[in-house]
Amino acid sequence: MFLKEYFGTIYKSVKSLLIGMKVTGYYFTHLKEIQTEEYPDNRATLKMFDRFKGEVVMPHDENNEHRCTGCQACEIACPNGTIKIITKQEILADGKKKKRIDTFVYRLDLCTMCNLCVVACPSDAIVMAQNFEHSVYDKKQLKKILNNPDSKLMAGVE
Amino acid sequence: MRGLIGEDILTEEGEFIINMGPQHPSTHGVLHLKIWLDGETVKRIQPNLGYIHRSIEKMSESLSYRNFIFATSRMDYLAAHVNNEACALTVEKGLQLEVPQRAKVIRTILSELTRLQSHQLWWGCTGLDLGGVTPFFYAFREREAIMEIFEETCGARLTQNYMVPGGIMYDVHPNFQKRVKDVMIQIKGKFEEYDNIMTGNVILENRLKGVGYLSKEDALSYGVTGPTARASGLSCDLRKSNPYSAYDQVQFDEILDTGGDCYARYMVRMREMRQSVSIIEQLIDNIPEGDFQAKTKNVIKLPKGEFYQRVETPRGELGVFIVSDGAASPYRIKYRSPGFSNLSALPIMAKGGKIGDLVAIMATIDLVIPDIDR
Repeated sequence: MFLKEYFGTIYKSVKSLLIGMKVTGYYFTHLKEIQTEEYPDNRATLKMFDRFKGEVVMPHDENNEHRCTGCQACEIACPNGTIKIITKQEILADGKKKKRIDTFVYRLDLCTMCNLCVVACPSDAIVMAQNFEHSVYDKKQLKKILNNPDSKLMAGVE
Repeated sequence: MRGLIGEDILTEEGEFIINMGPQHPSTHGVLHLKIWLDGETVKRIQPNLGYIHRSIEKMSESLSYRNFIFATSRMDYLAAHVNNEACALTVEKGLQLEVPQRAKVIRTILSELTRLQSHQLWWGCTGLDLGGVTPFFYAFREREAIMEIFEETCGARLTQNYMVPGGIMYDVHPNFQKRVKDVMIQIKGKFEEYDNIMTGNVILENRLKGVGYLSKEDALSYGVTGPTARASGLSCDLRKSNPYSAYDQVQFDEILDTGGDCYARYMVRMREMRQSVSIIEQLIDNIPEGDFQAKTKNVIKLPKGEFYQRVETPRGELGVFIVSDGAASPYRIKYRSPGFSNLSALPIMAKGGKIGDLVAIMATIDLVIPDIDR
């Protein structure tokens, strides 16, 4: 009786190990089912999803015009103080004074990619870009100015 | 011979004091356990916290009701959706806001996907803690597919910040339904593989069976929740008892086990994964059309009062308690995190066991340290 139980345990143990090894053996012989993404080597073909939140950018069109009116809704929406908008008074052609952005400062080192600024923007001036390789040698480079030099507000955006 | 904090490492009773962590591969983070040992037997355990305290609760007091939610993704980083949902539900409770049906269903699907991927990571890490590297890679294969769903719809893999007061931030991706269905078919086929590789394994059974017993009474008195408590026979599934979002529209079983040991906790989580798949399959074809977000004011102000909402995260009960004085930011926020209460039961589970079993117990409680120490 004791012997039967003893060998029964050995049989069960070896069987359970073999069942486990069978799974490992299956993948050892079916190399096509192995899924590995070899990241730095597949850079050329790697495409992130459209919604991937990499960093905040401000798209400019071919006339160097953006859509940011300087309303500071994103600055208020940001939980970390990532965005700082410096505005200036600009005299338009008809002599009226208007508020325009001078610099749109974006600090990537503070950003948590929560997307709240993009959702808050009433004129779709900022979007999330898919770039995710952000490492730089100097942390000062993480403080970015999003509007291009000499860029203008797009006509028709208020 | 002086200890780290000025005590003798050998007590008068001949007990040996060692520090496990804060940097220890099996504590899954910066958990520091001070252990009193008699030979190899654990006599007493004292968890020390504070190594990853980021004062999320205090920080939230200076943020608006829309903004404070992002920080909760960093509490239980494996269940960011559920944490965000808990906060959103609390704010909605304060506003007495009715969430569109579409948002409710999508929230439920994403929460269950979160539970699946969290349990899969736990399954892999349990294997890793007990000395088997292989399960870790198998678990990550299916988890990666779920991560891709999150990435496509929410834009991030771990810290999604997708649930906002009133619904969800933006509508799901057009590929969402198809991708979820494909992943569910893939995962259902792999459960058998999981069982073959780990569940029936003789080494695993020897390491887990009869180890780290937690009685139903202790689970109740220590406030243990989630799969850890359900493995002791304590019925505490909030999805069943206090349904939120769309959990009242689906059929599923609350997984209970009476073993109370590590193996029971292991089996409860394995069975819960199958229930999650069943919940997702019931909902994925029935996402109602309509708005994905209810209209909210630009500046959300909660009425004066106290609001509490609890949800079932993969690790247990997460409670969000907001005290409002009528301003645009909360007066006080308190999170009742599942990990903290579950950790408090660790000393009684490990007492009298061997130090090697302590690793198995920690693995099956499924501790996430940033959740314990916010």
